[in-house]
Amino acid sequence: MITRRPSQIHSVYDVVVAGGGPAGLAAALGAREQGAERILVVDREPEAGGILWQCIHAGFGLHHFKEELTGPEYAQRYLEQVLENEIDVLTDTFVADISRDRRLKLMSGGDGIKAIAARSVVLGMGARERTRGAIRIPGTRPAGVMTAGLAQKMVNMHGYLPGKRVVILGSGDIGLIMARRLTLEGIEVAGVFEIMPHANGLSRNIVQCLHDFDIPLYLSHTVAEIHGRDRVEKVTVAPVDEKMRPIPGKGWDIECDTLLLSIGLIPENELSRQLNLRMDPVTSGPIVTSTMETSMDGVFAGGNVVHIHDLVDFVSQESLLAGRSAGLAVTGQRPPADNIRLSPGENVAYCVPHTISTDRPHTVYFRVRKPLEKCSIRFGDVLEKKLGYVFPAEMVTLKVQPKFLANFHGDALSVDVVPRD
Amino acid sequence: MLDFAHIPVFESVLPFPNPAGAMQEKRQRQSEANKNQERSGIGRMTYDVTIIGGGVIGCAIARELARYRLKTVLLEKQCEVGFGTSKSNSGIIHAGHHSDTRTLKGRLEWEGNQRWDALCEQLGFGFERIGELTIAFTEEQRAKLEALLIQGRERNIPGLEIWEPDRIRIEEPALTGEIIAALHAPTAGVINPYEACFGLIESARANGVEVIVDFPVSGLKKRDEGWIVVGPDREIKTRFVINAAGLYADRIAEMAGVGDFEIRPRKGEEYLLDKRLRGMVKKLIFPLPTPTSKGILVIPTFDGTLMVGPTAHLTPDRENITTTAEGSDEVFESVRRIVPGISERDCIAEFAGLRASVEGEDFIIGPTAAKGFINVAGIQSPGLTAAPAIAERVADILADEGLGMDLRDDFDGGIPLPVRFASLPLEEQVRLAEEDPRYARIVCRCEHVSERETVDAIHRGAHTLDGIKFRTRAGMGRCQGGFCTWRCMELLARERGMKLAEITKRGGGSWIVREREDGEREEGSRA
Repeated sequence: MITRRPSQIHSVYDVVVAGGGPAGLAAALGAREQGAERILVVDREPEAGGILWQCIHAGFGLHHFKEELTGPEYAQRYLEQVLENEIDVLTDTFVADISRDRRLKLMSGGDGIKAIAARSVVLGMGARERTRGAIRIPGTRPAGVMTAGLAQKMVNMHGYLPGKRVVILGSGDIGLIMARRLTLEGIEVAGVFEIMPHANGLSRNIVQCLHDFDIPLYLSHTVAEIHGRDRVEKVTVAPVDEKMRPIPGKGWDIECDTLLLSIGLIPENELSRQLNLRMDPVTSGPIVTSTMETSMDGVFAGGNVVHIHDLVDFVSQESLLAGRSAGLAVTGQRPPADNIRLSPGENVAYCVPHTISTDRPHTVYFRVRKPLEKCSIRFGDVLEKKLGYVFPAEMVTLKVQPKFLANFHGDALSVDVVPRD
Repeated sequence: MLDFAHIPVFESVLPFPNPAGAMQEKRQRQSEANKNQERSGIGRMTYDVTIIGGGVIGCAIARELARYRLKTVLLEKQCEVGFGTSKSNSGIIHAGHHSDTRTLKGRLEWEGNQRWDALCEQLGFGFERIGELTIAFTEEQRAKLEALLIQGRERNIPGLEIWEPDRIRIEEPALTGEIIAALHAPTAGVINPYEACFGLIESARANGVEVIVDFPVSGLKKRDEGWIVVGPDREIKTRFVINAAGLYADRIAEMAGVGDFEIRPRKGEEYLLDKRLRGMVKKLIFPLPTPTSKGILVIPTFDGTLMVGPTAHLTPDRENITTTAEGSDEVFESVRRIVPGISERDCIAEFAGLRASVEGEDFIIGPTAAKGFINVAGIQSPGLTAAPAIAERVADILADEGLGMDLRDDFDGGIPLPVRFASLPLEEQVRLAEEDPRYARIVCRCEHVSERETVDAIHRGAHTLDGIKFRTRAGMGRCQGGFCTWRCMELLARERGMKLAEITKRGGGSWIVREREDGEREEGSRA
């Protein structure tokens, strides 16, 4: 255990961070940087650090620390900074509710039910995995159908194996990582099946986790049926038509005892909904300003709770900003309000933040809807940036300097990704 | 929890004539008459009554028989009661006016409906009379609503009325504007059917009924003084056999030599929607029924989650509880015509169950040519509604067939009510958490289920993940167990002294994890 229980829990904090994963830890540090005094991070697990603890593979921190770390190493570095900065961390504690005047209902096996108040709140609850029900895979309901993240927890945190022969549906990063991890454990991975015509994970994971281990990846394929009464006995896989429906007669059966699902993440926004925050239907996360403030004064958000990231480094970066803003709000030094609304245009699914200002630089994150080679990002007509390729699985980052906006006098900008001729 | 002040119509009908009182007297008389017979040798039977099948019907019968001085055993082939058809039941207590009065199910539906309030109070399962609307899109359908209204009034079902579109729009604004009329029935309710099974059986056990799970019956042998029931590892002697075997009731009847009916499984697929749609539809919504099905419904479950379905298709396979792409399309296309705001994207889980229907589509309840073998078969909708009335009828039949039925004076109908921590008022939550902090340790984050509730469920009989899930809702929410599966496994292992690799989803071969084989491999290489 790295974190210790704080000697005293105050009844009022400057900043309370809901969630002690990479987002929450970075936000707490950001708040400290900006002079917030009493800061509390609340996490439901026995140790803060979130999903990083079960991500024992390397590949974290290349952007942020300029070196390749494992998940636990990345978590450890942040936790050490959090402790050095005398930020309180309350683990094994669940934020059950937040009121509109920023009082939090905390529940824990140690403390029972307690209420605390916060001047600013940062939401850093991360994401959960999509499950079988979300895509309605036909067939029986045996044991052995589980999300890739649950399997990862079983193997890496507890030392148990999910099965002997595995099929993976979806080419999300966790599924790819688990294909390699299970292979190393002596489990046979029969293949990864992706309904889209392109992979959903990072290219480096396709190469390092599938190609290097001769695990086949079937694009435009899905699991059409699950068989087995008690435990998975086999799955029927099949190519899909343009409507993503399995093509009749083209499927085949694969014997396996486990079906892992790596079909995407959903921002964990129970608390955001309780607060009635304005939500973006595309990201399923709250709508945020350029300071990562939600539609409610004093409530900020960062990381996967806002939109799903590919790399933890960007989660940290975005949440650091959310935390800084939360700290500034406490000391009453808010930057000028945003004056430009960003709207996703051609081949752009969403943009975060949803608004920006003309007075300072911003980082805008977005995802495209379909892959494109030799293309340009158009930021209204004030900025055009050439790109070699874009890919839905890889988030695009765009730095916007005030100088680009110097001659812009409108209140909305469209972000488009268009082919270059 | 239940505020019946909102259903004033009930008070005008209460108290219901209670046939149970009269029947109990009759049974007692019968019992006196039979006492001598019992003493003359039948005492060496191990059980008076053996109930085959632990669905809601078997559980209700077990609870009813627990009132009497009988030695009763219930045999269930799965690892827990309620894990078959009852688990995938739509969970509707029907209003009482749907089924034809000339049928047995028509008579038992309304009788059973009236029993659930008292049962709920004693056993604490989720049950609420939310009311239902049967909707009409055409004038022809409106005429059918009128016919249903008359059928219901003949049965003295209170509160039935036809609503016009303006009323429908006020009460259920999410319904399509194309509905021209609806029949409102406030006596309809929703129930958690698996909780009803658990509550009924817990009460039966507390009053001396034995329950044997993992006991598939493989044979029945007739003896002069009763029956021998053959199971996997032992034989059970009994005077009476109650065949409540659901989908396998015809097979059990065959074993008794009276196989004169055939179960024709009819599959229903159901789709559960995300709880953010909670409150979108407040009442049960029924299209007009067909002879074999009540149609595809919108069901606001007791827990507030909307459920849509079920389909109704015959299948030759009694184990075919698959969901299908066609079923999903059928359900969502049908539901969209009623509630345009519901779509496939809202789905968080799906499941299917099989109705144990028979030719003629009516219940088969009664003694058979095989003395001491009583059928309770062909129980499909409104079987859950009728279950308490069916159980009373079975007690009457046993009395008529010569079983001595002494009422116990120490029968206790209640059980310690399960705590639903998340739905308690805050002050009560705080008080309980101070008493036992395990109430404040969250196991299931979607449904806010605490460690204490989970441990209680285990001590009340859950020994599988599904057993915990259907008692506490842990794993039923939108993450579908992604978060709580491991926590529940650890609690099961701790409380029951099991290895993690021994834990199953629902018994049998439904294991969750296996241990590493490193040790085994080492031993192998040494050999």
